[in-house]
Amino acid sequence: MTIRIGPRTSQIIAYICLLLCTTLVVMILIFIIAFVLKNGLSAVTWEFLTQPTKEMGREGGILPSIIGTLLVTVVAIIIATPLGVGSALYLTEYTKGGWVRRVVSFGADCLAGIPSIIFGLFGFIFFVITLKLGWSIISGGLTLAVMILPTIIRTSEEAIKAVPRAYREISYSLGVGKIDTIIKIVLPTAFPGIATGIILGIGRAFSETAAVIFTAGSSLNMPTSIFSSTRTLAVHFYILAREGISMPKAYGTAAVLVISILLINFIAYRLMHRFIARYY
Amino acid sequence: MTESKITITNFNLFYGNIHALKDINLKIYPNEIFAIIGPANSGKSSLLRAINRLAELDGAVFNGVILIDGVNNKNIPVNELRKRVGLIFATPIVLPGSIYKNIVYGPKMHNKYTRKELDEIVYFSLNSAGLWDEVKDRLWDSATCLSGGQQQRLCIARTIALKPEVIMMDEPCSGLDPISTAKIEKTMLSLKERFTFILVTNNTKQAARISTRTAFFLNGELIEVGTTEQLFTAPKDKRTNDYIIGRFG
Repeated sequence: MTIRIGPRTSQIIAYICLLLCTTLVVMILIFIIAFVLKNGLSAVTWEFLTQPTKEMGREGGILPSIIGTLLVTVVAIIIATPLGVGSALYLTEYTKGGWVRRVVSFGADCLAGIPSIIFGLFGFIFFVITLKLGWSIISGGLTLAVMILPTIIRTSEEAIKAVPRAYREISYSLGVGKIDTIIKIVLPTAFPGIATGIILGIGRAFSETAAVIFTAGSSLNMPTSIFSSTRTLAVHFYILAREGISMPKAYGTAAVLVISILLINFIAYRLMHRFIARYY
Repeated sequence: MTESKITITNFNLFYGNIHALKDINLKIYPNEIFAIIGPANSGKSSLLRAINRLAELDGAVFNGVILIDGVNNKNIPVNELRKRVGLIFATPIVLPGSIYKNIVYGPKMHNKYTRKELDEIVYFSLNSAGLWDEVKDRLWDSATCLSGGQQQRLCIARTIALKPEVIMMDEPCSGLDPISTAKIEKTMLSLKERFTFILVTNNTKQAARISTRTAFFLNGELIEVGTTEQLFTAPKDKRTNDYIIGRFG
C-alpha cells in the first residue's frame, strides 16, 4: 500500500524541511560564536588589545599580532585583487570561451582545493628561501595572495559574466571602445560580485594559520616594516593553545579574531551597499 | 536625385554557414525615414549591425561595400563610425545610473566637456527625444524608474547626444504600447530634418505611417524597394504583396 500525500501536505513538509535546514545552519553559527565569546570575552580588555605580548603570551596583550595580521592581510589583498580581477577580465572579455579559459578556470578550481599547509610549504621554499625574503610579513602576504587568488578570479569571472551583453553592445554602439566599456560599464556593474570575492579573500587571509606559520614566522615583536617577522592572531591562538601556554589568553585571541571577521564583513557589506545605492 | 548618405553594394554577410544577407544593393538618402520590413530572420537587423560594424563582434563574415558619404565603412575608425551612425535596439536598455549619466556617457567618452556644455547636451537630447518635460525634475534619478516607452526615448536621446548623422532603429516599438509608439513616431518625424533614419520594423503599418521609402526583405534577400506609397499600394513583387496583406510573416 502506498501512502498518498496531498499536494498541500507535501508543500508543508517541504517548507518545514527547508526551515529546519536554515535553523540548523544559523544555530551552528550562533553556537560557535557564543562558545568562543563565552570563553574568551572575559580576557578581552583594553590592555589586552593595546599592550605588547609578554612572557610568550602568558602575560600582556596581543597588539603586535593584531598589527601583524592586518598587515599580512593588506599585503595579500593588494597583490591578489589586481591580479585576480585582471585575469578574470582577460578570461571573460578577451578569450572566446576557448581552451585558455577552460584550462585557467580548471587550474583555479584545483588551486582553491589545495590544503593551505601546502601553500605554506610552497611559500616557505619559494618566498622565504629562494627569494630570500625570510620569515616576514611580505612572505606571508605573498603566500596568502597565491592562496586567495583562485577565489578572487572565480568570483570576479562569474560577476563579469553576469553583466548583460546588451550593456556592452549599447556602449559599443555609442562609439565607445572596448577598454573604456570595461572600465566604465563592465567593472562598475560587476563590482558587487567582485567585492564579495575580495571579502571572502579577506576572511580567509585574516584567519589563516598553516600558510602563514611557515612564511610570516611567529615573532612576538612589534613589526617595524613589511620585512619583519610577525605572528598573526590565528597563529598566536594556535601556539597558545597547543603549547598550553595560557588558555584564557588563547580564547581571548580567538574572540578578537571572530569579532574582527564579523566586523570586517559587516563594514565591507555596508560599503558595498552604499556603493550600489549611489551607482544604481 | 541627391547624393546618397549610405550606399550598399553587392553586400553579403555570413554567420558560419548561414548566408544571412544575399547580394544587397541599396541606397539611402539624407533626411529620409527609410523603413525596412520583412518577417523574422530576413536579415534586417544584420544589415543594421553590418552598417555600424557591430556584426563583427558576432563573428560575422562579409564581403561587398558599405559607403557612408562615399567612404567605405571599413576605413572609418570604428568608434567614429558608431558615433556617426547610431543604433537603437529593440529592447530599451538603460545603463545603470541616472538619466543624466545615461545621456552624457557617450559624449564624455568622445570629448572633454565643461559641466555647462554637458547640461546643454542633456537638455538638447532629451528635448529632441520629446522627453524633457517628463523628466526635467528628476534628471538625477535612476533611469530604471522610467516606463518602457520613456526608457526607449531615453535611448534615442542617448544616441542624439552624440550628434549622429544617421539613426538606425531596430524594431524600436516592438515592446511598447500604442501611445508610447505614437510618441516615438512623432519624435522621428520631428527629427527628420536633422537626421537620416533607418527604421527596421515588424509593424508594416508603422512603416506605412512614417517612412518615405520602404524596402522589403525576405530570407536575406532584398525583394523590393520603392517609395512607401508605391510599395504599399502597388507592389511589383507578389511576395511583397503577400507580406503586406498579411498572408505570411
